[in-house]
Amino acid sequence: MLNAKIPDGPLEKKWEDYKGHVKLVNPANKRKLEVIIIGTGLAGASAAASLGELGYKVKAFCFQDSPRRAHSIAAQGGINAAKNYQNDGDSVFRLFYDTIKGGDYRAREGNVHRLAEVSTNIIDQCVAQGVPFAREYGGLLSNRSFGGTQVQRTFYAAGQTGQQLLIGAYQALERQVALGNVKMYTRHEMLEIVMVEGKARGIIARNLVTGELERHAGHAVLICSGGYGNVFYLSTNAMGSNVTAAWKAHRKGAHFANPCFTQIHPTCIPVTGEHQSKLTLMSESLRNDGRIWVPKKKGDDRRADQIPEDERDYYLERRYPAFGNLVPRDVASRAAKERCDAGYGVGTSKQAVYLDYADAILRYGRIEAGKRNLSGTSDAQIIAMGKEVVKEKYGNLFDMYEKITGENPYEVPMRIYPAVHYTMGGLWVDYELMTAIPGLYALGEANFSDHGANRLGASALMQGLADGYFVIPYTIGNYLAEEIRSGALTTNQPAFDEAEKSVRERLETLMSIKGTETVETMHKRLGKIMWDKCGMARNKQGLTEAIEEIRQLRKEFWSNIRIPGKINDFNPELDKAGRVADFIELGELMCIDALNREESCGGHFREEHQTEDGEALRHDDQYMYVAAWKSVGTHEWQLEKEPLDYEVVKPSQRSYK
Amino acid sequence: MGLTGLFLIGFLVIHVGLNACIFADLPFLNPSDNGEMFNRAAHFMGSTIVTRILELVLFAGFILHIIQGYQLEIQNRKRRGTAYSVGLGNRGSKWYSRSMGLLGTLIFLFLIVHISAFWVPSRITHDLAPVAYGNGVEMHNLYLRMFEVFQSPLIVLLYLVACASLCFHLLHGFQSAFRTMGVHNKKYLTMLKSLGYGFAVVVSVLFALMPIAMHFQWIKPD
Amino acid sequence: MPSATVRAGWCVRFYMEHYNMNLTLKVWRQDNKNAQGRFETYPVKDVSSEMSFLEVIDLLNDRLVKEGGDPIAFDHDCREGICGMCSMYINGRPHGPWHATTTCQLHMRAFKDGDTVVVEPWRAQAFPVIKDLVTDRSAFDRLVQAGGFVSVNTGNAVDGNAIPVNKDNADASFAAASCIACGACVAACKNASASLFLAAKVSHLALLPQGQPERKSRVLSMVAQMDKEGFGSCTFTGACEAVCPKEISITNISRMHKDYLFAGVAADK
Repeated sequence: MLNAKIPDGPLEKKWEDYKGHVKLVNPANKRKLEVIIIGTGLAGASAAASLGELGYKVKAFCFQDSPRRAHSIAAQGGINAAKNYQNDGDSVFRLFYDTIKGGDYRAREGNVHRLAEVSTNIIDQCVAQGVPFAREYGGLLSNRSFGGTQVQRTFYAAGQTGQQLLIGAYQALERQVALGNVKMYTRHEMLEIVMVEGKARGIIARNLVTGELERHAGHAVLICSGGYGNVFYLSTNAMGSNVTAAWKAHRKGAHFANPCFTQIHPTCIPVTGEHQSKLTLMSESLRNDGRIWVPKKKGDDRRADQIPEDERDYYLERRYPAFGNLVPRDVASRAAKERCDAGYGVGTSKQAVYLDYADAILRYGRIEAGKRNLSGTSDAQIIAMGKEVVKEKYGNLFDMYEKITGENPYEVPMRIYPAVHYTMGGLWVDYELMTAIPGLYALGEANFSDHGANRLGASALMQGLADGYFVIPYTIGNYLAEEIRSGALTTNQPAFDEAEKSVRERLETLMSIKGTETVETMHKRLGKIMWDKCGMARNKQGLTEAIEEIRQLRKEFWSNIRIPGKINDFNPELDKAGRVADFIELGELMCIDALNREESCGGHFREEHQTEDGEALRHDDQYMYVAAWKSVGTHEWQLEKEPLDYEVVKPSQRSYK
Repeated sequence: MGLTGLFLIGFLVIHVGLNACIFADLPFLNPSDNGEMFNRAAHFMGSTIVTRILELVLFAGFILHIIQGYQLEIQNRKRRGTAYSVGLGNRGSKWYSRSMGLLGTLIFLFLIVHISAFWVPSRITHDLAPVAYGNGVEMHNLYLRMFEVFQSPLIVLLYLVACASLCFHLLHGFQSAFRTMGVHNKKYLTMLKSLGYGFAVVVSVLFALMPIAMHFQWIKPD
Repeated sequence: MPSATVRAGWCVRFYMEHYNMNLTLKVWRQDNKNAQGRFETYPVKDVSSEMSFLEVIDLLNDRLVKEGGDPIAFDHDCREGICGMCSMYINGRPHGPWHATTTCQLHMRAFKDGDTVVVEPWRAQAFPVIKDLVTDRSAFDRLVQAGGFVSVNTGNAVDGNAIPVNKDNADASFAAASCIACGACVAACKNASASLFLAAKVSHLALLPQGQPERKSRVLSMVAQMDKEGFGSCTFTGACEAVCPKEISITNISRMHKDYLFAGVAADK
């Protein structure tokens, strides 16, 4: 039975009480304790920096050439915090409540409340590090609104909040490297967890430049390797984003929780062809001012500007008058899919809807004319002024759209379509962020804990930094306090020999297959199965088929893959092969989980379970639990359920109408 | 680099100003000047201890600028390693910004000729024709010397090439020097940029006009 | 139409038309750091104008693997122009012909049928080639280690709104901080100087109140580290600014020089 170890007491006192009673490690002992951190995104870099500052000996690993390139960098829109600087009724409780509700009541109350509590510290910390957040003329921090909320609590730095926050964490990390507290291993990939006496005691990592396998011992291992959206091949994740570290942990005994909870982001640039290697997100902040529509007539082939106003269907505003274009991501995505499936899609592929800024441009233009006390301005002048304002707010996003599509979004509406963006599922962790393996932690997107079945915009950055800056520095001490007697660790022991041997054999097997299919094509095929049958809408038949198809694909992969080059060399194809092999295994588990969850909630939409007007239909009586899967064989998993008890929030059907 | 550059820019102002005195002899100004104004100015520069010390400082400035320049050029050239097969060329920067070493070398070569033609006979060997004006003080007739030197078309050509080099050297060097010294305020940078372009052109054209005017005998000793 | 578009010189229409093309790629191949490099020529057929440049390399690599060849090694990750990993010197320009664009965002409508495209790695002594088009840019990390941070431990912070920041400074700081550390500035500079990268970091922090306590020591030690890493010095040719995908202004270098001079003059030791 999984024990989440949620502290007793009233919700708002849990974290404070925990901090007051948690075991501590004295500074002299911290120097003797080694912590291994996999991944240097927001969670990993912030954890590495904070633990380094505390005095632990930290080793941090990333597969990129610099820790600053982790994919957190690509987050555009912003980071939430319950600061209530706007005096619009925000509070820790509201952020907590919005997150629980946004997650469709599939997240833990205790974790989420803690997240809301520390959210304010994150902003303070980042400002102190020199993160250049957007500011008002008075010099104070600026906020904007995001999907699924009715307050303005999102802090941002133009369209690159992720990059600015990551650079803040990266700089803090490099400072610790300079001070000798953190040792950084770039272009390294973790390929196995080493277990000694039932505890995580180290890793086997591969130097991606030389191909050599390395052993690293640690008193604790932190997996901060991000999400697994690339299982769909096409996603907004970086090309290198992978599940390998989390998957190795899973195969060693860590539970994988809610793997089927994937977030499909509603505003991405549509697919153009077979050649496509990745999808590009257009920030959710665009929904602040943009209006989403499709033609009212089926298969309308007219250009957007030729479709008159009364022949446009602003379907989000029509269906959800209260939240309009700012409904949560899962709702917006499904609504877009519903329109396209019904034949109202636009563009050559018909798999797209319009995101239109014409109204916003006019509105801002008029405001601007008012500000400047202009009268008798022509429409053209108003539009020109409006475009200036829009450019100021969203210029970099518009430029990006233009570069990719060749179309000018100031003149014609953007075409958008949902794409895989984030994975709420991940390694099961308790309140202390520890997996089922003692000494093995999971932070950030790699764990499952805070977003339930759907994540609200601007909450991923918040969670990554909360885990790294403000949670793990406290909770890890509770475990390490017991480890001070372990003394210095050696990699010279049978467990390391075995782990290294198994990694080596796997690599050698991969190289020896010498088949005909490239890793890329295999990955594409997996992605297609996942998107078609375990994507935005799922059903029993499709999922059953998918499981079979993935098993076939796995066989084919291990008998027909072709990897060029050598093992002991810089060999990106080999790196990728290992990752895709893990994705294939994960894909199977995702389908199993989706099949098991006979309800619709958040990002998981089972066609069999919907209300009359097509909204997700939860079955709280049967599925109010975290589905934590334990690996017991190649194709076998054991389901362990962690029941979700809502003490404060009363689950209801989510309504954004 | 920037500091010595700015110092030399200061010198150029004085040099071009003094030399421009020859134009006092222009027919429409004061045809009877006959180089008096210029010769007096040149004499002043060579006759007080202060200016002679400044002269030493100037030489030091030149030498420092040249040594620094070559050091920089040599160091920076090594930083690339393997050369590109296709270069960025003028798509990223002006050719003269990338050719400060070459332009500087041209100016340096010219300087040798220039110094041996005027400075050496005037300050070291003293083999220039004397001339005396109203107060009876005898001084070198540098004006005459200039006229003689600039009768050779080859020398005139050399001077013109040098002036062109100087112009481009200054086009980049003027604003670059200020940037090196840390001017980053947009308002001042814009001003300095315009000033730099103007300075480069005016100074070079004035210098270039001297050999031309003498060669074509627009001005000449009587 | 935004002016960036005009400068970029790519064809922007309200509605895009697509075409296919055949290209010849001349790519730098180098087995490892110490090996002798050479150009290899690859014809690539049926390239869609909608593809990104990296997708063409993907296509070529897929073919090379199937033919039993060695695929071209190149750095890439996010493919949305922000991670700074991609780094190709295309037809004599870092990140290719488009203005303010990373290699991954360069799309094939920048080229026409029959074009020959020469692809080289960043070339600088401080960025040794690891393989083919992949270079070692760890020098940038070491520059940041030399002082590119604010020394504030987690938990030390005061309220975010306790220190107002003049909006112009905040905006200028952000503009400098938008640097993605791709190294195009080094690749373009005739001196292989990292001044623009360094100045972006120095300015980012120098323009904020949080960066003041360490302002002087930061610039001194970061500049010293730059020399140690083997980057050249700045002669203000402006090539870095012209190729920077994030349009970082060369003015930042002047600001860094000012800080450096002041710090140097005021230095106690």
